[in-house]
Amino acid sequence: MDFELTQDQKLIQDMVRRFAINELEPVAAEIDRTREFPWQNIKKMAELGLLGVIVPEQYGGAGLDFLSLALVIEEISKVCASTGVIVAVNNSLVAYPILNFGNGDQHKKYLPLLAKAEKIGAIGLTEPNAGSDVAAFESTAVLEGDHYRLNGTKRFITNGREAGVCIVFAYTDKSKGHRGMSAFVVEDGTPGFSKGEHEDLMGLRSTGNCELIFEDARVPKENLLGEEGQGFKIAMHTLDVSRIDIGAQAVGIAQGALDAAVKYAKERKAFGQSISEFQFIQGMLAEMATQIMAARLLVYHAAVVKDRGVPRFSKESSMAKWFASETCMNAVRMAVQVHGGYGYSKDYAVERFYRDAKVMEIYEGTSEIQKVVIARSLLQGT
Amino acid sequence: MVLDTKYQRFRDEVREFATQVVAPKASHIDQTGEFSWDTAKEMGRMGLLGIPFPKKYGGAGLDHLSYAIAVEEISRVCGSTGVTLAAHVSLGCYPIYASGTEKQKRKFLPPLLKGDKIGSFGLTEPNAGSDAGATETTAELAGDEWIINGTKRFITSGAIADTMVITATQDRSKGVHGISAFIVEKGSPGFSPGREEEKLGLRGSITSELVFEDCRIPKENLLGQEYEGFKIFMQTLDGGRISIGAMALGIGQGALDASIEYAQNRVQFGKPLRKFQLIQRMIADMETEISAARHLVYHAAMLKDGGEVVTKEGAMAKLYASEACMRATSAAIQIHGCRGLTNAYPVERFFRDAKLTEIGEGTSEIMRIVIAREILGR
Amino acid sequence: MEIVVCVKRVPQTEEAEVIVDSSGADIVKDRLTYDMNESDVYALEEAVLLKEKFGGTVTLVSIGPQETDDVLRMGLAKGGDVALRLWDPCFVHSDGYVTASILARAMKEISFDLVLTGCIATDDGRSQVGGMLAGLLGIPHASYVTRVEIEERTVTAHSELEAGLIQVNRMPMPALLTIQTGINEPRYASLISIKRATSKEIRVLTMDDLGLEEATVGGMGSTTRIMKLAPPEVGKRAEILKGTPEQVSDTLTEILKKKGMI
Repeated sequence: MDFELTQDQKLIQDMVRRFAINELEPVAAEIDRTREFPWQNIKKMAELGLLGVIVPEQYGGAGLDFLSLALVIEEISKVCASTGVIVAVNNSLVAYPILNFGNGDQHKKYLPLLAKAEKIGAIGLTEPNAGSDVAAFESTAVLEGDHYRLNGTKRFITNGREAGVCIVFAYTDKSKGHRGMSAFVVEDGTPGFSKGEHEDLMGLRSTGNCELIFEDARVPKENLLGEEGQGFKIAMHTLDVSRIDIGAQAVGIAQGALDAAVKYAKERKAFGQSISEFQFIQGMLAEMATQIMAARLLVYHAAVVKDRGVPRFSKESSMAKWFASETCMNAVRMAVQVHGGYGYSKDYAVERFYRDAKVMEIYEGTSEIQKVVIARSLLQGT
Repeated sequence: MVLDTKYQRFRDEVREFATQVVAPKASHIDQTGEFSWDTAKEMGRMGLLGIPFPKKYGGAGLDHLSYAIAVEEISRVCGSTGVTLAAHVSLGCYPIYASGTEKQKRKFLPPLLKGDKIGSFGLTEPNAGSDAGATETTAELAGDEWIINGTKRFITSGAIADTMVITATQDRSKGVHGISAFIVEKGSPGFSPGREEEKLGLRGSITSELVFEDCRIPKENLLGQEYEGFKIFMQTLDGGRISIGAMALGIGQGALDASIEYAQNRVQFGKPLRKFQLIQRMIADMETEISAARHLVYHAAMLKDGGEVVTKEGAMAKLYASEACMRATSAAIQIHGCRGLTNAYPVERFFRDAKLTEIGEGTSEIMRIVIAREILGR
Repeated sequence: MEIVVCVKRVPQTEEAEVIVDSSGADIVKDRLTYDMNESDVYALEEAVLLKEKFGGTVTLVSIGPQETDDVLRMGLAKGGDVALRLWDPCFVHSDGYVTASILARAMKEISFDLVLTGCIATDDGRSQVGGMLAGLLGIPHASYVTRVEIEERTVTAHSELEAGLIQVNRMPMPALLTIQTGINEPRYASLISIKRATSKEIRVLTMDDLGLEEATVGGMGSTTRIMKLAPPEVGKRAEILKGTPEQVSDTLTEILKKKGMI
C-alpha cells in the first residue's frame, strides 16, 4: 500500500493550491457577500482544465482520474467552498454521467462545452417533496413523436441559475416504480424550461442555487441519457461517484479551518503567552488534524477504488462523505472557537467556513442516508 | 423539575409576549441587522428589563429563576432579543445594583430597569478577551473627573447603549489589581461608539466597539472602590453565565420545537420523518440534553436566589447548555434537510445564533478551567 | 529559438521561522518548504512566451540533488521542453563563480540563442551567477531586465535601475539576460501540461559527465565562503512622531532618506 501521491498528483495539488491562494482566496469573502456566481474564477479554472478534470482529452478535458479530481476539489475548497462545489458538480454530477451513460453524439456535443466551461452543468434530482426519498419525485416525461414532454420542478439545484446543461430525472413510466425513471440532458433555452429565484442560503451562497421548472418542456428524443428506465441506476451510480468529491470538499473546508486556527493560535496572546501553549487549544488542534487526516484517507481510498474500476463502491464513497462531513463540522466549530469572538465576526474567514460546512452533512444524501447505505452494504456482505 | 405554579404562570406570560411581539420580527432583524427599538420598549413595558431587581429601583421585584425563564422564553423565538435582554440585565444593570452606592443606584437603575435606557458592559478589548485582566484601557483622576482612554470591542448593545459599565486600569503595573470599574453615559465628551460588527449570528443585536479618547466622566461615576474592578467584573460574569445558559437553553428548545413540528409533517419514503429511527434518535437526544441543561440553569439560578456564590454552578450551566444547544441546532437543520438552510425556516438562524453561546461571557474552555479550579483548587 | 533557463531550488522563508543552525553559517532547513526561485519563475515564463512567439525549445538547467527534480518537473509543466540536472555531492558550498562554471560546462554541449536566469536568488541574495555565466560563455548580457524585444538576431533588453530609470541595451544573440520579477505574469501549469510533463526527460549529469575535477568545485574550488549568518540586531529605540499626517510623513521621509532607505 503506497500512501504517497505520484509526482503528477503532487504537481497538480501544488498548482491548484497556488492558484486557489492567489486567485480564489482574494475574492472569496466578496462573492459570499454578494452571492454572485464566480464566473471570473470559472473562466480561469477552465483554462487550466479544472472544469473537465475527468473528461477525456479528446473532448477538451484533462483526462485524469478521480483521485486527481479529489485533490483539485480539496485545494479549491480550502479557500472557497462555493467554487469547490461548482467544480465538483460540473465534473462528477454532470460530465461524468454523460461520459458514462451517454452515447457518442452526446459526448461530442456536451463534454467539450462542460470541460471548457462554455456551459456550466447542473443536476436536477431533488424536488420539493423528494429529498432523501429520491424515488418519490413527481417529474414526468412523456414521449411524443420526436421529443419528450417534461413536467416538474427540481429544487435546491447547485449551479442552477447559470447552468446551460442540466441532467434531469423524470418518470417515463410511473407504473414500473423506480425502474420507470429516466434521465435527460436538458439545455438552457429549451422551450418550457425556466429557472426559479436565486435561493438565499446560509452557506455556499455563490453557487446560483435555484429551482429548475419544466412546464411542458420539449426535450429532443436524442437527449435521453442511457435508456428509458435506466434513470435510477444512473442517479445512484452518479451519487456514489460524486460523494467522493463532496468528501473532498468537506476535507478542504476542514483543512482551511485548521490552517486558520493554527495561524491564529500562534499569533494570539492571552495570560502572558501564546494561546497555542494552552492544552485546551492544543487539544482542539490535535483533534481537528487527526480527524482531517482520517477523512482525507477515506476520500482518497474511495477515489482509488473507483479509479481501479471496482464496480461497487457505495460503501467506500458513503463512508468518505459521511466521515468527512462530520469532521468538517467539528473542524469549523473548533476553528471558530479558537478565534474566540473574532471567529464570530465576518472579518475572519472562519465565519464563512462555519456557514459553508453545514450543508456537507445534508446534500448528496444526508449523514443518516449515508449510514443506511454503509449498513446495507455491510449486511449484504459487500 | 416541578416548579411553583407562579413560575409556570410567569413563563406563560413571557411566552405569550415572545410569540406575539418578538417572534414576528425575529427573521427580519436577523436579515437586516436592525435593532428593534419597538421590541425593547415593549419589553420595558412588560417589566422584562428589570426582572430580578427590587421594585424600589423600578425593577419587577422577581428572582433570578424568573429572569432565567424570561431569557429562555425570549431566546426560544429570537436569540438576538434574548442576548440583548441578558446583556442589559446581567451585564449592564447588575454591577450597578451589586456594587453601586445608593445614590448611583437611584440615579442609574430606574431608567434602565424600566427600559427607558439600554445598558451594556465594556470589558472585552482587542487584546483582552479570555484574558480579561489584560485590560489596556486607562483611567486617570484629574481633579473631579476621570479621564478614560482606550477601546473596547465586541460589546453587546455598545453602539446604542445609554449606560455602560466599563473596566479601566489605573495602574498597569498592578495587573488585575489595578483595574477599576466605571459608569459611562452616552454623550460623555470623548466617548464615541465605534465600528459595528458584522456577525455570523445574533445579527439583530448590536455588537460594537466603544472608543474612549480622553473621555471625561464625573468622579462620582467610579463604581465600587478603586482597584475593585476585577472583583466586580468576575462577580458580574458569574451571574451573566446563568443568563447565557438560559439563552442557550431557549435557542435549543426553539430548535427542538421546530424539529418536532417538521418531523411530524414531512413525509419521505411514504412515512412521516418521525417514524425513522435516526430521526427519533436526534429528537430523543435533543430532548434529553435540553432537559438536563434546564435543570443546570435553573439550579444555578435558584442557588443565586438563595444568596449562594454560583461560580461553579453558573459555569456548569453555561458550559452544558451551550454545548447542548450546539448539538440541538445542528440536528435541527439536519432534520429539516436543505430547507433548513434557507430562511423559510428558523433553524438556520438558531444554528448561527447558537455558536456565540460557546464563546461569549467566557468560552467553554474558560468554563472548564473555572469548574476545575473550583474542584481542584488553583 | 533555443533558450536555456537556469533555475534554482530555494527554501521559502517569507512566512517561515528562520533559525541559524549550529554551524553559524547556514539556516535550519528541515522544516522549510522549497520552490523555484521567484525571479527564475519569471525567467521561465519569459522563455516560454518567446518560444510561443518564435518557435524552438526551452531547456531548463539546475544544479541540485534529486529533490531539485520537483522544481524541474514543474518547470517542464509550465512550458519547458527538456530539463538538465547537474549534480555531485561535491558541488555543495559552491560559490557564485563555481556555480557559474559548472553551468558553463554543461552548456558547452547545448546550442542556444538566449540564456535567461533570474536576477537574484532569494536564499543567498548574491545576484552573481547570471553575469559570471555570461562572462564564462563569452556572451553579452543585461541584468534586471524588465522587457525583452527580439528582432532577427538582435536582443533589446530594458533594465530597471534605481530612481525609476530604464537602461536600454541592444546586443547580438547569443546573449544572456537576468530577469526581474514582474516582467510578465507567470502562468499556472494546466492539468494537461502537468500530465505531459511526466513523459519529458530530466537528464542528470554528474561531475564525470561534465568532466570536472573535485578540486575545482564545491567548497574546495570556491574562493569565497560564508563565514557567518545572523539575524539583524533588534533595536531598542522607538520614536513616536507627532503632528498632522502631512507633518508626520515629511518627518518620516527625512528620517528614511537620512538612513539611506529611500
